[in-house]
Amino acid sequence: MNKKKSILDSNVFYTLIAIAAGFIIGAVFLLIAGISPAVAYGKLLNSIFGKPKYLFWTLIYASPLIFTGLSVAFSFRTGVFNIGAEGQFVVGGLTACSLGILLDLPAVIHVPLCIIAAAAAGMIWSLIVGLLKVKRGIHEVLSFIMFNWIAFYLSNYVVNLAVIHKEGGGEASKDVLDSARLLFPEGVRKALDCSAANWGIIMAVAAAIIIWIIIEKTTLGYKLKAVGFNSNGALYAGINADRSVLTALGISGALAGLGGAVQILGMSGRLSQFAGQEGFGFEGITVALIGSSSPIGCIFSGLFYGAMKYGGSKLSIVKAPSEVVDIIMGCVILFIAISQIFRVLFARFGKKEGK
Amino acid sequence: MGKVSHMDESRVVIQMKDIVKKFGDFTANDHINLTVHKGEVHAILGENGAGKSTMMNVLCGLYKPTSGQIFINEKEVHFSSPKDAIDIGIGMVHQHFMLIPPFTVADNIILGVEPVKGLVIDHNTAREKVLELSERYGMKVDPDAKVEDISVGMQQRVEILKVLYRGADTLILDEPTASLTPQEIEGLMEIIENLTADGKSVILITHKLKEITACSDTCTIIRQGKYIRTVRVDEVNENELAAMMVGRDVNFKVDKKEMTPGEVVLEVKNLHAKDYRDVEILKGLNLTVRRGEIVGLAGVDGNGQTELVEVLTGLRKADSGEASLLGKDVFNKTPKETFDSGISSIPADRQKHGLILEFSNEDNLILQHFEEEPFAKKHMLNRKAVRDHAVELIEKFDVRPRGCEAAPAGTLSGGNQQKVIIAREVTNDKELLIAVNPTRGLDVGAIEFVHKYLVEQRNKNRAVLLVSFELDEIMSLSDRIEVIFDGQITGSVPGKDADEKELGFMMAGGKGHE
Repeated sequence: MNKKKSILDSNVFYTLIAIAAGFIIGAVFLLIAGISPAVAYGKLLNSIFGKPKYLFWTLIYASPLIFTGLSVAFSFRTGVFNIGAEGQFVVGGLTACSLGILLDLPAVIHVPLCIIAAAAAGMIWSLIVGLLKVKRGIHEVLSFIMFNWIAFYLSNYVVNLAVIHKEGGGEASKDVLDSARLLFPEGVRKALDCSAANWGIIMAVAAAIIIWIIIEKTTLGYKLKAVGFNSNGALYAGINADRSVLTALGISGALAGLGGAVQILGMSGRLSQFAGQEGFGFEGITVALIGSSSPIGCIFSGLFYGAMKYGGSKLSIVKAPSEVVDIIMGCVILFIAISQIFRVLFARFGKKEGK
Repeated sequence: MGKVSHMDESRVVIQMKDIVKKFGDFTANDHINLTVHKGEVHAILGENGAGKSTMMNVLCGLYKPTSGQIFINEKEVHFSSPKDAIDIGIGMVHQHFMLIPPFTVADNIILGVEPVKGLVIDHNTAREKVLELSERYGMKVDPDAKVEDISVGMQQRVEILKVLYRGADTLILDEPTASLTPQEIEGLMEIIENLTADGKSVILITHKLKEITACSDTCTIIRQGKYIRTVRVDEVNENELAAMMVGRDVNFKVDKKEMTPGEVVLEVKNLHAKDYRDVEILKGLNLTVRRGEIVGLAGVDGNGQTELVEVLTGLRKADSGEASLLGKDVFNKTPKETFDSGISSIPADRQKHGLILEFSNEDNLILQHFEEEPFAKKHMLNRKAVRDHAVELIEKFDVRPRGCEAAPAGTLSGGNQQKVIIAREVTNDKELLIAVNPTRGLDVGAIEFVHKYLVEQRNKNRAVLLVSFELDEIMSLSDRIEVIFDGQITGSVPGKDADEKELGFMMAGGKGHE
């Protein structure tokens, strides 16, 4: 009885229901488009689980999403809304890419340098917004959205600089030097049959555990949460609320910046010029919501989103639009947002059954 | 007392028999009985968390009783939703109003049962019906005003009209005076009188004894979920009611041993400060508080009390003046600095300033000390030390329910939230304790408890500054009473032989005896 109750109370249960509901609605859209959901979903599952190497690709897709998910989740837990993970991700990737091209160092120095610089770039990008909030009272959501666009255009500008741009290489930067790449050794990649297998996922899981420890176990987490929940109460208790907001935004920005570094140094190896925002930061919001803003939850929701993204990219093979993945993810978020309705329904259903 | 009874004892409108309501293993109502007659004002008295609200939620169809029977007009009923209860004439006015602020008064009242003409709402009929009802019961409301623009007392009238509009014969009022001013409370009493004169019955849930003796016919007392007894109010006095409610004798008089105030702890000189509108509100205030005395700051709300406390606790910057604590400068410091200098406080707004409601009680109990040993070591929280600390304080300060260390503070009742704050601030044991309206919204048992700890601080030779809008509280606790009016101290009287009338005169701006 108690076990049943705890299942009905847990976020995980409703998240799974929301995911199932998302797939059902996705199926309706597929039917309307005249495509068999069985075929499309079969292809989706097959593209994720069909071969071991597909699973490695899922991990590669998931790594940056776990980082941006952590970034947003951390901000939620500390009472700010980092809708600027997108921009921080971009400046992180841009910094890692530029240093990866311009510097020529041994790998033991080159890789950590690029990663730390990317985290610092994301942090600074976020801190500027934080300072505007603390010193001038400008709402962070407004400045974050503007900073996303500034980062986007800055990135496209840098990609086209002569020292960065690949001659005759279309709309992309030069390749990052091998000494800056996060790839697994070549032998391992061959054995896994996955050319882009990299350390990103291990970094992402490690980051999630560190963030979990910060939030749950440290005095820093206590302080940031106190300000996030009730800044008046925290102030009254002698906690410097402004400094806490800046710390929270700084850490959140660094996480998104790391995500950018993992994407460039791990998977892509170069930076492309984009026509629109890539969306890793916004997808991070989805990851954080599906993961109930828990750092550990973000690992799983990041993997889920990574799998959907990777599997979805193959849907065109069965003539299904890959956008169906976006529909499913959108519906999942919607159902998580209205999970209270399910709670009430189950409570009522349970009562009738008990009678 | 001037109260006229309209009770018709020959007609029982509501009878609850042996009502039991269990939540899991917890029994919230254990064989509760209630009989209400036509035209009766029936008070339900019980401490915070005694089970009053559960009982009423059973009566208005929100909860199903685990066992027991309900009779309305001597016929047994089974409610499956609040709508059933409303249809049979039972309406509840909740403590926290459920109104839609941007809607007009009339729209709020008709919401859900709108009169229609074809497909559109018939606003004229609605207005007329609302006006007719409000006139019948002497409730002045403007049906066209927006709810967001009207006072709290007016909003309550709208809530009462809402249930009357739905045809209620019995009105349940849940803590109706909690957020009302004294004038508004008087208005409410008149409304209750008009309702019963018209044959309606009123069930009044409260823990304020004065209101019970002032306006009810009968009173049912429940304690820890159990039915204690039902009494006729004119046959008992307030002390007897209080004793039945808490299960022991309650001491209204505060016992204080004689003490001679010692050295000056807090000294405020010529303090000037502005309020949130940037208007000068403290106009050269002087105040001293000595060791071993409770200084009561009496005054009508809005004369600078709030701002004075904010300046002393570091939340507001003053324009000029001096403030020192045992000779240390505490003028315009941060909250952390004033705390470290020796000022702790029980804030007026416990949910805004006193607690982080989402935090567990154990985390709230270390709010000023989370970075210190034994609660933290090398930036890591020591969960065991935090828990041990909480277990000890929750026991010592009688926070209920026991074992609530890990529960969010927001899940506690108001009185117990206040106990958590008191536990924390009294344990801080600073040179000066500032308490602002420390017993607002608490039941008599909890009030007695809070007073005991304030006196204990004084007896430990600490200084206590008590700011309260309850004159009774100021008079029973203070060794010295300072009257604040228009941003200045306008009078000072010893607490021992303070005269209520004279204080009232001074609080209104009159000069005391020089």
